[in-house]
Amino acid sequence: MINKIFPSVREAVADVHDGATVMIGGFGTAGMPSELIDALIEQGARDLTIVNNNAGNGDVGLALLLKAKRVRRIICSFPRQADSWHFDNLYRAGEIELELVPQGNLAERIRAAGAGIGGFYTPTGYGTELAEDKETRTIDGRHYVLEYPIHADFALIKALRGDRWGNLVYRKTARNFGPIMAAAAKTTIAQVREIVNLGDLDPEVVVTPGIFVTRLVEVPAALKLVAQPGAAA
Amino acid sequence: MRRFTREEMATRVARDIPNGAYVNLGIGLPTMVANHLPRDREIVLHTENGLLGMGPAPEAGEEDPDLINAGKQPVTALPGASYFHHADSFGMMRGGHLDFCVLGAFQVSVKGDLANWHTGAKDAIPAVGGAMDLAIGAKRVYVMMEHLTKKGESKIVPQCTYPVTGIACVSRIVTDLAIIDVTPDGLAVVEIVDGLPFDELQRLTGVPLRAPRAVAAAN
Repeated sequence: MINKIFPSVREAVADVHDGATVMIGGFGTAGMPSELIDALIEQGARDLTIVNNNAGNGDVGLALLLKAKRVRRIICSFPRQADSWHFDNLYRAGEIELELVPQGNLAERIRAAGAGIGGFYTPTGYGTELAEDKETRTIDGRHYVLEYPIHADFALIKALRGDRWGNLVYRKTARNFGPIMAAAAKTTIAQVREIVNLGDLDPEVVVTPGIFVTRLVEVPAALKLVAQPGAAA
Repeated sequence: MRRFTREEMATRVARDIPNGAYVNLGIGLPTMVANHLPRDREIVLHTENGLLGMGPAPEAGEEDPDLINAGKQPVTALPGASYFHHADSFGMMRGGHLDFCVLGAFQVSVKGDLANWHTGAKDAIPAVGGAMDLAIGAKRVYVMMEHLTKKGESKIVPQCTYPVTGIACVSRIVTDLAIIDVTPDGLAVVEIVDGLPFDELQRLTGVPLRAPRAVAAAN
């Protein structure tokens, strides 16, 4: 029998090692797997490379992981926001490395890793300082920049429902990076609001097939969060 | 000097967007365009974090933290909406499927280079988000910005002095003084705010402008 269900977030993240590359789903706090991140903070792994769209919001989830100084390097598109004070402090103090990636290149580099692509040419960023020193090519008259995939040791993501095979469905715009990160990591850990019986998810609407998911943990919906108006994406 | 109000600027962008268009509105001033879209047209709004068919902000108390826009503010989904993951969302831009995007800017060059992501200041924390993808990703890229900086310098420049977001990507510039098209033959003025003579607009802007047809005919 296949059973990817773990009894707790603590056990699900127990083997994250020092120096690991960890993808964390979410766009701001939508889709951020806060309980898995809390468990990772408690677990104590350090010297991490984190891949996320942002660099933490307020005093929850990723922001707390940064505050705890567990992150050596972050790969993201939009670190600076109205409520990214923990990142801002570390960055200004020179205590964190930043690799800034245009958001679509970030998404495609993650997708490429999961899809076994060794590199790809993208028009995004051509001629800008974010493409400095990168290989370029002109194809059919258009300019492109060579970008490489981003692989990870672990992905921590959040979904709405899952089954013991690891099939997942998401909720609204909280889907964002979840499906592509699930495919890009060696070990993918999903927290879901509800675990359902095998067969209860309509195969026509499964978004992430279980092949991409290693572990899942049920974390019932928390108290209603209020979306935090931040700066731009 | 009279200027176009923000509403007038938004109306002038909105009237160019045809029925059936797929549109991404950037953060800030461009967001206002949503309130001025002609009601007899079905126009589908895209938000980079995975939604087509974005609707207006919800009623107070109806906010859903899982349903937000690129600015991370609560929105709604209209009938016909769809959700998708980030790689698909940016494929819609890069793949040339979006018809319009409307962006703010620090500077636009005579060749349509756009600078809108970073001031380049040494102490500034850089953040790019989806700006570079949007700049090169839509069939038509509109910029909405004030014509002049607070110091009175033109934001339309021979060459961007701020770090660029995209090269030769801007189609039309809508400012509080004029509407200007970026063409292979240079900048062509489409409309000027009432009471501002073309020569004065030319003086304020600094880079060569082509007069709108009516003015050219009068000369």
